[in-house]
Amino acid sequence: MKTNYLMLHTITRIVALIILSFSVYLFFAGHYTPGGGFIGGLMFSCGLLLLYLSFDLSKIQTVLPIDFEKVIAIGLLIGIGTGLNSMLFGDPFLTMYFDYFSIWPFGEVALTTTTPFAIAIFLVVVGVALLTILTIAGDEA
Amino acid sequence: MSLLHYLVLSPFILAIFIPFLYKWFRNVHTGWFILPLPVILFGYLLTFVTTGQGMDVVMETVPWVPSLGINFTVYLDGLSLLFALLITGIGALVVLYSIFYIANKKDEPLNNFYVYLLMFMGAMLGVVLTDNLIVVYVFWELTSLASSLLIAYWFHKEKSRYGAQKSMLITVSGGFAMLAGFSLLYVITGTFSIQGIIEQSAQVISSPLAVPAMLLVLAGAFTKSAQFPFHIWLPDAMEAPTPVSAYLHSATMVKAGIYLVARFTPVFGGMPEWFWIVSAAGIITLTWGSISAVRQKDLKGILAFSTVSQLGLIMSLLGLGSAALYFDAADEGQFYTFAVMAAVFHLINHATFKGGLFMAVGIIDHETGTRDIRKLGGLMSVMPITFTISLIGLASMAGLPPFNGFLSKEMFFTGVLDATELPIFNMQTFGLVFPVLAWIASIFTFLYCLIMLMKTFFGKYQPEKLEKEAHEAPIGMLISPIILISLVVIIGFFPNILAYTIIEPVMNSILPGFEFEPNIYHWHGLNTEIFMTVGVILFGSLLFLNLNRWQETYFFLRERDPLNQVYDKGLDGLITSAQGITNIQMTGLLRDYFAYMSIFMVGSLIVTMFWFDAFTFDVDFGMMGSVTPYAVIIVVLLAVVSLSLPFIQHRVSAIAVLGVVGFLIALLFVNFRAPDLALTQLLVETVMVVLFLLCFYFLPELKKEDFKPKFRWLNLVIAISVGLTVSLIGVSTLAMSQTDGYESISMYFIENTYELTGGENMVNMILDDFRALDTILEVLVLGIAALGVVALIKMRFKGGEDV
Repeated sequence: MKTNYLMLHTITRIVALIILSFSVYLFFAGHYTPGGGFIGGLMFSCGLLLLYLSFDLSKIQTVLPIDFEKVIAIGLLIGIGTGLNSMLFGDPFLTMYFDYFSIWPFGEVALTTTTPFAIAIFLVVVGVALLTILTIAGDEA
Repeated sequence: MSLLHYLVLSPFILAIFIPFLYKWFRNVHTGWFILPLPVILFGYLLTFVTTGQGMDVVMETVPWVPSLGINFTVYLDGLSLLFALLITGIGALVVLYSIFYIANKKDEPLNNFYVYLLMFMGAMLGVVLTDNLIVVYVFWELTSLASSLLIAYWFHKEKSRYGAQKSMLITVSGGFAMLAGFSLLYVITGTFSIQGIIEQSAQVISSPLAVPAMLLVLAGAFTKSAQFPFHIWLPDAMEAPTPVSAYLHSATMVKAGIYLVARFTPVFGGMPEWFWIVSAAGIITLTWGSISAVRQKDLKGILAFSTVSQLGLIMSLLGLGSAALYFDAADEGQFYTFAVMAAVFHLINHATFKGGLFMAVGIIDHETGTRDIRKLGGLMSVMPITFTISLIGLASMAGLPPFNGFLSKEMFFTGVLDATELPIFNMQTFGLVFPVLAWIASIFTFLYCLIMLMKTFFGKYQPEKLEKEAHEAPIGMLISPIILISLVVIIGFFPNILAYTIIEPVMNSILPGFEFEPNIYHWHGLNTEIFMTVGVILFGSLLFLNLNRWQETYFFLRERDPLNQVYDKGLDGLITSAQGITNIQMTGLLRDYFAYMSIFMVGSLIVTMFWFDAFTFDVDFGMMGSVTPYAVIIVVLLAVVSLSLPFIQHRVSAIAVLGVVGFLIALLFVNFRAPDLALTQLLVETVMVVLFLLCFYFLPELKKEDFKPKFRWLNLVIAISVGLTVSLIGVSTLAMSQTDGYESISMYFIENTYELTGGENMVNMILDDFRALDTILEVLVLGIAALGVVALIKMRFKGGEDV
């Protein structure tokens, strides 16, 4: 019998959207309020996981053809790059900088090198969580 | 960052682009993109070469981890300049040669090859150009890594993998020892800077840690430079493509050990232990290597052992020369510096003739399909240019006039003869051993050079034994060896062009404070050295003529070094014992693992706490804040839920209940106003529950298990002791913080977070800024763990195969 998960699919679509956008919010909120790269990454993986759980594994893979091994690698490279960046200016490894800029239309914003670092963590967390789960779930034996 | 910093980093930067260049320009050999780099670097380095008056020493610092005294300091003096010139100069020639040696075919992963080669080049430049011991160590291990990747370039061959593993195991463990030695030096002097340590060398020598530190540093140098008995990796490393052999094993990697010994001569030189160990290891390696080379049937095997023995020669000269530091410069120390000069000169000569010879052998291999001297012969008329190259190179290696090898070998003889006159370190007693061994080794050196020449180029040409129709190599492959061999001739005729430009600055860095007259002459008159050379030629020829008679002996029939057995047995033993231990420990039962972990944790914690007398229960309850009713409710709930866990029979419900525990802990975090932690805990818990459910999907139904009563009691004891220990430690910590008045570190963060990072979320700023190094390493661990999962699940053997 072919089952039809209409309810599940519809709700998943809406909820996943909310979770994913919330995770982006969490990521940027991390500078001043709870959130940040790790939590944002986990939340993002939860959103994607929901998609994987309700739809078929292969279906999502055609829509989102992401190689999570590469995501981990890119994340680590960004992280190490942020660290090396400060050495170019003669500061120790992983020195972070910040300053305030006024950018239209946001007004005055704080820009900091912790953001790329947090992106690195975000990417690695997403990559690790999904790579592990998908590998185990996709195992044939 | 100065230009020199970029010089060290430039190979790595270029390496990033190689995969793209390889992909986009499939028709162009990737080597052409590499070639400009070493040429430019070589040209730039040449500008530092002076014409007398000593060179200016350059030192530039970029802080890396300044709080630990680790800085990326570039230091360029005579010694580093010589090595950097060798690395880039010979590197350029090798790249040019490799373009013609490794064909631009689909199944040749050229991108990998050149990325490894660049990695290696950068790592070598890093080793010789940095002043900080930790940075030196990092680059040092990187050379080991890159070289084993290069050796295993044709990884489908089992011998390549074996050779790569061997070189890695031996050189990396030597590197670990070296790191320990560096740490001891730090303990003695309080600095990681080599120049700083040299300044305090008197303090180093008088320290009781001097001998252990020296031995550990030498372990690194000896493994890398293939000194006896660590030399066994070098012949097996010959499975690498020939350009790699020419580069790594004649000019660069194996010379890293020589560099290290030379670099540390101002520190340890003058210590009798240093003198004896370095010179004895060198002379033994020289003799053993030259005798072993005669047993080889493979051209590259002969060259490998010849490299081993020549490295021994340089090493022993450095050891003998270090005696100079025993005296003051003004004293008679001047007299003993000659050996160091011979070492430096021979280092340069060896790089030129051995590089050329390796390339010539590569050409023979490439054009005939074999390197076995039993199959080769009569190539003189077929490959006249290669023959000329080999003839000059071999003559130089055998120490025949008028080539540069002759000059440095004469100097070597002078060095060992001088050594017998040393009035120190009991030299009169053992001194005679040095010239005798040196002379014997030279006879065998002459002999294997003769064998190589005669068996390859003279005799009968046997095309039926060769895989290919032999013919001369294309011009591109000949350029590099011709340049190197021309250097052999030029240096042979005009050795003094190197005297004040290269050799003197090098000597100034090895033996600071001495004055030198680095003049090299062809003719010294009829002295002992000349007679020794004549004897070498006579005896060598005699042995060659009677080759058949004594080469049938058991010792000479075996091609492989008997020491290999020790290595193989050791490796086997390591694997068997590791498997044995693993079998005891890895029962495949999760509860066993938990039991082991808990017992270990409880044991170590209790021992530590008692050791430091840290158990106190003197809690002042008046100083504690009040407990909210929410907290009480959550804790009670937690206890109830945890206690219900063991009674659940169904797997999925067990997971769900475990999830409840996690969520309750998150609530507890909320109660204590830690929203970040709570959020993290919630999300981690969610992901973990999904993960668990997935894993359990593949497992059979949970069965009611029969435990023996004894086992059950044991479990109870473990569980209670874990709980008790953790609680006791919690109470003690509280009591201690009340009585000893330790200030909480959180105040620092509360006060400084906004000032220093511009962020207000303290937890996040600690993660991303204050302790970013921890974070990046944790994330790295996560990544490795995920790759481990992939490797275990996707790449496991199918069926009942075991690893």
